[in-house]
Amino acid sequence: MQTQARLDATLAALSDSTRRAILARLVEGEATVQELAAPFAISQPAISRHIRVLSDAGLIVQRVDGPRRPCRLAPGALSELDDYLAMLRRALEKNYARLDRLLAQETQDKDTL
Amino acid sequence: MSELTMVVEGERHVVVTRRFAASPERVYRAHMDPAIIQQFMLGPDGWSMPVCVHEGVVGGKMRYEWSDGQGNGFYLTGEILALDPPHRIVHVERMHLPDATPDNHVETTFVAEGDGTRMTLRMTLPDEATRKAMLATGMEHGMEASYARLEVTLAR
Repeated sequence: MQTQARLDATLAALSDSTRRAILARLVEGEATVQELAAPFAISQPAISRHIRVLSDAGLIVQRVDGPRRPCRLAPGALSELDDYLAMLRRALEKNYARLDRLLAQETQDKDTL
Repeated sequence: MSELTMVVEGERHVVVTRRFAASPERVYRAHMDPAIIQQFMLGPDGWSMPVCVHEGVVGGKMRYEWSDGQGNGFYLTGEILALDPPHRIVHVERMHLPDATPDNHVETTFVAEGDGTRMTLRMTLPDEATRKAMLATGMEHGMEASYARLEVTLAR
């Protein structure tokens, strides 16, 4: 998949709270579809559809283990988005720490602003 | 010092919030006054903004030029779309690296919270080409791997 399309698929997959909860669970380690379905009041086919979306987006991978299809996070799945957001966050944190200092300074100086 | 929060909303938006220990009037003005913008909107350490134009009126232009002092630089141009002082600024911007990135629509709001201000920045997430170009400017240096994705993308 093209990187652009992959980012779109990643964001679409992450736009659903059930899918985010599934990912949060998988951060702890591999889980079967049944285990993933357990906390939710929705059917196993519905969970399977969410898993399919996550899998198509390249966020998780499934392996075959007899009758079971355990899921786990795909290595580096969120790294593109992660890298971008981490960069943005870092730049903004620096900016606003500077602004904090400017605002504090001007409180001392009284109405230079 | 107040913590910055960042969440992905829908498919194309990033929402950032931050609290400041100053009134909405002062935080709003800090985002409108070139002399103040030049002192804080600098990104990573080592960069400065030798040129800052912010016309401060609806339909007015913005132009920010950054330099790392070693011959590397890039700039941003934008237009102010709506102003509701001291609570809201809407503008559109794009980076020139030197090719222009797609337009990024940004709505910034300032709401009084106690004796301070809660600022919310809602922006359109740049596409792959934009991010690639941004990364190419060297802004990624010093970026650390983090567990940010857990708070950012899995929260809620």
